[in-house]
Amino acid sequence: MRALRKGRELVAVTNRTKEIAPNDVLLFCTFRNEDIRLPFFFDYYRKLGINHFLMIDNGSEDAGSDFAREQPDVSLWRTDAPYGEARYGVDWLTYLQGKYAHGHWALTVDVDEFFVYPFCDTRPIRALADWLDASDVRSFGAMLLDMYPKGPVGQTTYTRGDDPFQTANWFDPGNYFMTQNKLLKNLWIQGGPRARSFFASKPKQAPALNKIPFVKWRRPYAYVSSTHMMLPRGLNLVYDQQGGEKTSGILLHAKFLNTFGDRAVEEATRAEHYKGGREYKTYAERHGADPDLWCQWSEQYINWRQLEVLGLMSKGNWA
Amino acid sequence: MSFGVIMLVHTAFDRAEQMVRHWAGAGCPVVVHVDSNVPVVTYDRFVGSLSDLPDVRFCARHRCEWGTWGLVAASQEAATLLLEEFPELRHVFLASGACLPLRPIVELRRYLDARPDTDFIESATTADVPWTVGGLDRERFTLRFPFAWKKRRKLFDAFVKLQQAVGYKRRIPEGVVPHMGSQWWCLTRQTLDAILRDPNRATYDAYFRKVWIPDESYYQTLARLHARRIESRSLTLAKFDYQGKPHIFFDDHVELLQRSKCFVARKIWRDADLLFNTFPVSEDALRHAVEPNSGTVDRVFAQAVDRRTLGRQGLFMHSRFPSIDRQTSIAAAPYAVLQGFDDIFPDFQSWLTQQTGAVVHGHLYAKDRAHFADEAEVYRGCMSDNARLRDYNGKMFLSNLIWNSRDKHHCFQFGPADTQDINWTLAKDTQASIWVVSGAWSIPLFCSGRSASDVRAEAARLQRIEDKFLKVLRSPDARARIKIMTLAQFIEAPMAVLQTIIDEIAGHRGLAIKEAPKMRDLTGLPDYLQELKNRGMHPFLTGDITVGLTAATKPVVRRKPYVVSGK
Repeated sequence: MRALRKGRELVAVTNRTKEIAPNDVLLFCTFRNEDIRLPFFFDYYRKLGINHFLMIDNGSEDAGSDFAREQPDVSLWRTDAPYGEARYGVDWLTYLQGKYAHGHWALTVDVDEFFVYPFCDTRPIRALADWLDASDVRSFGAMLLDMYPKGPVGQTTYTRGDDPFQTANWFDPGNYFMTQNKLLKNLWIQGGPRARSFFASKPKQAPALNKIPFVKWRRPYAYVSSTHMMLPRGLNLVYDQQGGEKTSGILLHAKFLNTFGDRAVEEATRAEHYKGGREYKTYAERHGADPDLWCQWSEQYINWRQLEVLGLMSKGNWA
Repeated sequence: MSFGVIMLVHTAFDRAEQMVRHWAGAGCPVVVHVDSNVPVVTYDRFVGSLSDLPDVRFCARHRCEWGTWGLVAASQEAATLLLEEFPELRHVFLASGACLPLRPIVELRRYLDARPDTDFIESATTADVPWTVGGLDRERFTLRFPFAWKKRRKLFDAFVKLQQAVGYKRRIPEGVVPHMGSQWWCLTRQTLDAILRDPNRATYDAYFRKVWIPDESYYQTLARLHARRIESRSLTLAKFDYQGKPHIFFDDHVELLQRSKCFVARKIWRDADLLFNTFPVSEDALRHAVEPNSGTVDRVFAQAVDRRTLGRQGLFMHSRFPSIDRQTSIAAAPYAVLQGFDDIFPDFQSWLTQQTGAVVHGHLYAKDRAHFADEAEVYRGCMSDNARLRDYNGKMFLSNLIWNSRDKHHCFQFGPADTQDINWTLAKDTQASIWVVSGAWSIPLFCSGRSASDVRAEAARLQRIEDKFLKVLRSPDARARIKIMTLAQFIEAPMAVLQTIIDEIAGHRGLAIKEAPKMRDLTGLPDYLQELKNRGMHPFLTGDITVGLTAATKPVVRRKPYVVSGK
């Protein structure tokens, strides 16, 4: 209902959804002023085998909107309504997902999140979708893994089209902690470099890293808070409770680049993000937005197999 | 033309067409059964696409829902047609549209020609194999299953329970011994003919029609009545996951499949172009006689099942979160908790490291910060020493620490001055061994030079906390290896205790203690404790310390153990 009302705030810029074939894997994304990131984003997900992008531009002031519109496999909507009042974009996405994703596998990510799943270097996302279908699995979990450079974040130079993980290719391998949300059954995961560097003295406020980005969508489904948890809550059970491992992936988070500093200041003033942009305020206060997250025990990213061995994701019974 | 193929198809018709052409191209007649659920248009197009092949037939269609009789009816229908139309066939091979021949079909023909009387069908009695998923093995044959397992699971389960409760049992036809196995078989004409023309076929069909998953038991059971020679294995490589669902092969399995030397594999992902282009491989004179060997494939998929059902001990992550009452340990490896020792021996940490080679942390749960082995601010795995962050999830702090270097034996100091939230977790953990010298907290107080009256309150507090911890350790729920001794007991024979700790941590690598750790000078401690008592604070956890404090630190004489050297 809420999504329907909020859906009216969306204006179609280019609607190519007629080109969506019955088995296509779709990607949903909300962005704002991300022109610099979009080229690599589209490249990356096209290579994974995404068939159609459904993008929402939330009041961008740069060339990103035009760039996205020109892509042949993109449908674009625009809204200038406040991000915060649409539950951080979830309402708009829910509206589009209900309308276009019914019966499709849908990947919902931010522009700085890059999906990694077992065998992603040899099997397209369609293979994962087909295998999940064959196994009667409806939702697929991935943890958000913050990637950062060696040295101060502000000293990196990201240029349009670059692979962000050329520079931001380090991560924390083993400092994540989790509890179960009794109400919605999802895991609440925190930790990583942000908890360690920014939130060590107020860990409760550390950002959530649990995500359920890949879902075989049905009309009544909805994300509750970003892609952290869903309704109906059975979709949140992307983990095994008897000791086994379910198949899972990782969202590589390319947040910590030189673009981060300006962003933190901007978002802190804009205060449209979760809890009034509290997270961004903390960054802006703590480090003048130029933190160095690297430490002696940071791990350099190689591939998904490395993440599998470290226990950050799992092949489960996909072999 | 020594063998023919029955192919069951319900989807991916482009691939199915490709497969039919493989078989037909090698001179095998094919009878195709298409699921009656498939729309007429699709069916007609499919039939049309194969109209150029003279030895391909299409049989009457049945509805093939998973686990139902339809699949058996389909293969009966197709087999009857195949045997009638091609009287010269000696073997009949059952395949699906997702079955891909790996080796040249000529090699399969030679293999079958060399074994003209053998039926290849996996067939085992239900009593002897634990293959079944869902706990129904014998009961598949004795209960009724009117509800579809896939679509109406609740009704299915409820009806099974009801029948079990009232003790309902179907009668198995006389002479039939239920067998089960892979539904992909290759039977001789003689056996198949005998099954299809059995005078009792109507009885058997009526019976199996209501058995659960009859395609895994109909031929498997009846072949036992007629076959001359059964090889109980399938010529089709098909692996199943822990839920009984078939594993799917993708492009990156190409090497695995090549090495398996199996004749046919399933299921192949419909878009696995590399596999469809590679297989069947071309003829190779050297390989003709090679037997199929699926060992490596078996191992890969067995590992997958283990990972899915057992997982990696001590790992907590977003797809493995075992509930507390389901596990006996939160840790990936054994570890030791040492309480009181560093109060008695000031250099205990470095001494223990030297003796055992283990990772010896300081007070991990100290109030100020986590004291890691090297006193670093950030430790292996990027773990922070921040006390708030640690206490926010103290359990996972420990499981992370050990998971990150689970090849090492971890030890850490603990004491009543530390955060105590972790105490139940430690006590219940089967990987933990906990050594407590109770009352050792009195030593730092004694050494501080403060008077008994000054430390009275602090001593009482520490004693209260330690006593609580000991109660936890002595509870019937405690599962760790626990050794508690009083300070008085310990200082009577410290070396014996230390030797035991070292042996336990270092295992066979443990050395006899050469150099004893230096103990604090405890002269005057008994008087100090007496003074505390005089002030009304009885340090009952220390035990009764009176004399003999000086003779304590002599190493125990230990015989060199006999070690059988590898060299």
